[in-house]
Amino acid sequence: MTGAVATAAPARPRRAAGASGRRRLVIALLIVAAVVFSLVSAGLGQLSVPVPEILGSIANQLNAGLAAIGLEAVRLPVVAEPAHPNAEATLWMIRFPRIAMALVVGAALAVGGALMQGVFRNPLAEPAIVGVSSGAAFAASLAIVTGATFLGPLTSPGFAFVGGLAATLLVYWASRAGGRTEVVTLVLTGIAVNAVAGAGIAFATFLSTTQQREQIVFWQLGSLNGTRWQDVAIVLPVTVIGVAGALLLARRLDLLALGERQASHLGVPLERTRIIAVVLVAVLTASAVALCGIIAFVGLVIPHLVRMVLGPAHRTLIVVSALGGAVLLLVADTVARTAVPYADLPIGMLTALVGGPFFFWLLRRARLRAGGWA
Amino acid sequence: MSARIEASGIVLSYGPRRVLDGVDLAVGAGELVALVGPNGAGKSTLLHVLAGDATPEQGTVLLDGVPLGGYRPLELARLRSVLTQHNEVSFAFTAAEVIEMGRSPWRGHDDEEQDDARIDSGVAAAEVGHLLERRMPELSGGERARVAYARVRAQAADIMLLDEPTASLDVRHQEAVLAGLADHARAGGTAIVVLHDLDLAAAYADRIVVIDGGVVRADGPPAAALDPDLLSAVYRHPISVEHRDGELVVRPDRTRIRKDAHA
Repeated sequence: MTGAVATAAPARPRRAAGASGRRRLVIALLIVAAVVFSLVSAGLGQLSVPVPEILGSIANQLNAGLAAIGLEAVRLPVVAEPAHPNAEATLWMIRFPRIAMALVVGAALAVGGALMQGVFRNPLAEPAIVGVSSGAAFAASLAIVTGATFLGPLTSPGFAFVGGLAATLLVYWASRAGGRTEVVTLVLTGIAVNAVAGAGIAFATFLSTTQQREQIVFWQLGSLNGTRWQDVAIVLPVTVIGVAGALLLARRLDLLALGERQASHLGVPLERTRIIAVVLVAVLTASAVALCGIIAFVGLVIPHLVRMVLGPAHRTLIVVSALGGAVLLLVADTVARTAVPYADLPIGMLTALVGGPFFFWLLRRARLRAGGWA
Repeated sequence: MSARIEASGIVLSYGPRRVLDGVDLAVGAGELVALVGPNGAGKSTLLHVLAGDATPEQGTVLLDGVPLGGYRPLELARLRSVLTQHNEVSFAFTAAEVIEMGRSPWRGHDDEEQDDARIDSGVAAAEVGHLLERRMPELSGGERARVAYARVRAQAADIMLLDEPTASLDVRHQEAVLAGLADHARAGGTAIVVLHDLDLAAAYADRIVVIDGGVVRADGPPAAALDPDLLSAVYRHPISVEHRDGELVVRPDRTRIRKDAHA
């Protein structure tokens, strides 16, 4: 194919030199960070446990597990036994489940954000900002107030999912014009949805007993305090499904960046892709919100940082966002429970403290680049 | 000649306004067809209908004899490519990544082996080799349009539908795009292109379809379709068509405007 004035095809670099190397480096660093921070976090608190003792405790448990499945021959070395009589219980009943929860929820929130930005074609979309989190929290508070238990321990996550899905669909339907979502429309729709969900939560608070009220307030602030292994067992599979689903959509999300019509011209089944993406956003956000409350801005900050470092391609974005979100929330939660002695700060407050200014900066940048609030 | 793409009796309204009013168009293999006409004539809408983006109230579009609705999105993407008028990429992908996306319909297909060759020829056709590492927001409007064109070339579909591909391009690249499309037609492909530049259409198209008010006013080889009286009436502006050295030169007749103004 040579046009009248076409020149010879230049050597096309298959991939930006070192791009995949950089991706591997970032992934490796984040995994190391997750492990190191997990150990550090497990040792911090009112009862401080040195890292060798933590490793020893883990080795003991693993050895017991190996013995249980008939592999007595395989033994991990036990460096040190926990010295304090309560150390074992503190680690396994309180700190480890909480660390696991922080990692899982951080991944869920970050991937939820990346997914939402991809399908809205707008880098400022984030589940908490557009009201998905409050929608989920409102529905969860209804479950508390009505005392519904028909789904067992899944009742409030189930309610949260329905509320989150309804809010996502509402925002998606209300804020799109011509196949994309303008920043102003998105943010304003978010204000409206947040206002209505906020009113709903206020009403639920008004109806509730003192004990229920405490639970609802906890939702609005966001906290990982009191996480049990049962809670992790609910969020982990849902998050795994959500992230896997997001990865399956990654290529289509890349094509969606070209525009909705353009993506469909390249063979993307638009309606199906949109619905799957919206449901996945609701699943990821709602499972996190149902058990840990509203933790805003993780889904905004993490995907943005990842795009800056590794570019916008969604496969990498989703994998690295999951890791980055996990590390960020673990660090934030460790700060939340250790910054003030004998107090557990609401983690939602911490993420908003950092995320709010970040959002403002992004808005300003988007405005400067677009030459207005486009 | 059997038509690769055939629209018959297309009627489409936007609200009370009838944008297409019984349009018939059949384009076969080896043809480069230019759709021309004034603003709001219905050219782009017709292209939307041919691409399957808009569903007409009446009439059918057949691709290789099969109605558009009979194809799955992926099958359609392997058969025809579409270059839309506006191509805004919402994240900062590199030009290379965008062009590679043109190959996505062929994943898992035998033609996937041709990915590199197709991408290279798309890059060459649009002359964007030096832009590949740049990110889309850094490019100028014309450069972005060329990257979009390279992506559509890389898709390597037999049937190409293009909506004003030359709108933001400089002269060199306008000529290159049309020459590339003419080559595509010579090689047995089909291209339907909406153009505003009548002179460009006259120089490269095998056939020109003049559309006005949602109906086809002329359909034939450039020399026949580009009738100065018809064009002047359709565009409500005097237009001259000259034969110069075996080439058609189509341009607005400014001498008559000046005379009218002085009269």
